[in-house]
Amino acid sequence: MKHSRLGLTDRQVIDMYRMMLAARKFDDRCLVLQRSGKIAFHVSGVGQETGQAAAAFAFDGNRDFFLPYYRDYAFVLSVGMTVRDLMLSVFAKAEDPSSGGRQMPGHFGHRKLRIVSGSSPVATQIPQAAGIAYAGKLRNEQFCTYVSFGEGSSNQGDFHEGCNFAGVHKLPVIFFCENNQYAISTPYSKQIGEARIADRAIGYGFPGIRVDGNDALEVYRVVKEARERAMRGEGPTLIEAMMYRIPPHSTADDDMLYRTKEEVQENMQKDGIARLKQYLIDCGLWDEQQDQELVLEITRMINEETAYAEKAPYPAPEDTLKHVYEEESEA
Amino acid sequence: MAVIKYIEAIVSAMREEMRRDDNVFVLGEDVGVRGGVLNTTKGLYQEFGEMRVMDTPLAESGIVGVAVGAAMYGLRPIAEMQFADFVFPATNQIISEAARVRYRSNNDWQCPLVVRLPYGATGGGALYHSQCPESVFVGTPGLKIVAPSTPYDAKGLLKAAIRDNDPVLYFEHKKCYLSQTGEVPDGDYIVPIGKADVKREGTDITVITYGLTVHYALQAAEELHKEEGISAHILDLRTLQPLDKGAILESAARTGKILIVHEDNKTGGVGGEVAAIIAEELLFELDAPIMRLCPPDVPAVGMNPPMEKFFLLNKDKIKDEMRKLALY
Repeated sequence: MKHSRLGLTDRQVIDMYRMMLAARKFDDRCLVLQRSGKIAFHVSGVGQETGQAAAAFAFDGNRDFFLPYYRDYAFVLSVGMTVRDLMLSVFAKAEDPSSGGRQMPGHFGHRKLRIVSGSSPVATQIPQAAGIAYAGKLRNEQFCTYVSFGEGSSNQGDFHEGCNFAGVHKLPVIFFCENNQYAISTPYSKQIGEARIADRAIGYGFPGIRVDGNDALEVYRVVKEARERAMRGEGPTLIEAMMYRIPPHSTADDDMLYRTKEEVQENMQKDGIARLKQYLIDCGLWDEQQDQELVLEITRMINEETAYAEKAPYPAPEDTLKHVYEEESEA
Repeated sequence: MAVIKYIEAIVSAMREEMRRDDNVFVLGEDVGVRGGVLNTTKGLYQEFGEMRVMDTPLAESGIVGVAVGAAMYGLRPIAEMQFADFVFPATNQIISEAARVRYRSNNDWQCPLVVRLPYGATGGGALYHSQCPESVFVGTPGLKIVAPSTPYDAKGLLKAAIRDNDPVLYFEHKKCYLSQTGEVPDGDYIVPIGKADVKREGTDITVITYGLTVHYALQAAEELHKEEGISAHILDLRTLQPLDKGAILESAARTGKILIVHEDNKTGGVGGEVAAIIAEELLFELDAPIMRLCPPDVPAVGMNPPMEKFFLLNKDKIKDEMRKLALY
């Protein structure tokens, strides 16, 4: 079986599927919550869960550093965040571990899990990922750094500056481009011309690999190999995972202004979650009944965590003034 | 106490902090083998090696971005902008990232980063090697901004900046590098961030300034005192963010006549903020309108000597303005 050949146990591949499904159901719930006015905003990861979860399983959750971008729900769930954490974030509650209700949803951060706090201007996390990897090298620590971004971000100066720096110093960084075809309304063809994102790696002297982002096991394979290279001291890898953003950019976007229903429908058929489910069934590891039970279990969890987060307190208004600088008592 | 130059104070602060703490490292363009194009990292490469004194690719956003990452990891990077004029590609990493890391993560992450910015006009630097870009950053919560004028302050503030757990922009005036010498203690010391310093006691007028113009103001004050009996009180801000409100108000109240001087443009400069603080709190103690003396609101600065001389402040321009205020 392919997953065993790749070094994944049956349990792990089922868990990988579970994470994708949890992210999908979380995302579906957030859309409902936003449409019903319970939360202000949601930015979706639907269509990208497969590549995200598969990539996450290739890392060492106890050592590696993660700089995810704002659609990486399946990724952060796979490296240790919980649905409760994410719900607290969409409701902007005090207990939200990412920002204490300060940032928009999707701006992940969790120091204990080495999920590095991120911002909204895109690609800023890319040189930061190189800096973390450099710091590890300076301290002689053995770990790898994951940084993800959309294909639109690969046009930013910070993408090039970060890749170049990592290339010069042969740093253990995995640049994971989630090529979902659109930067809000701007299609790939108006962003990058005829080139492939993966080919940009040539310019920095390290491998660039394009992979089908809906093929979980392939994504896992290339990320795992890239991590092994990185840990051998052979430097970074740029991975371009081909996927499709099925919903609009965010709840504030109308995607029918720039693409067609048919195009979206067609891409829904390529969903990687269904594909992994089929694989599990074909391997004899899974069946429809187990699947229904899992859906029920996740739905129950999402119901509970939605209720928890909705009831959780907001930060006190005067907390606005906290943590601009280190406070004396903390120094 | 040793008498050293401003530039030596900067190098020795970095050297001592790097010896004291393995987490401190320096990165920037030409800071390694070359020792910095302005010689501000001279000797560090030889002592600490290329990993801790790193020549980076020519890419300012990358330099600061890498430093932000390393700082979040737990190191204490000192990122050098070769000239402060070149900081603009890195402003996103400074303003959107470094300045907000603590706040946006609700204190989960911090960013103990120093960005060194050699600024100001030295003669012949023209439009892109002469600027004072501090006003771009002064309104950004989360940043600390210092601008020392003497070797003592330069060393003490750089050490404080390196040890601070928040991002600090360290503005070093290029014309001070060799022109300013002064006594510096042999042992370890810091100058606390956020504290202004009275550089001269006086009773008639108050001059509030920072950086190179502190010295012009001091010279002007000496002459005015000797020649005309005017007694000037001179406050060196040293820290531009957060401003030392207590010291500003105290110095302003001392004389009731205030002149604010800086090399940065007048519009949007730090002086406006200082004036507003005084106006908000001390209106009825003022004996004259608050005055500001700055170069004109044009780009700094024409390469040719006549334009440069017209633009830049000097002792005489400040002296004239101080006299005007004293006579008001």
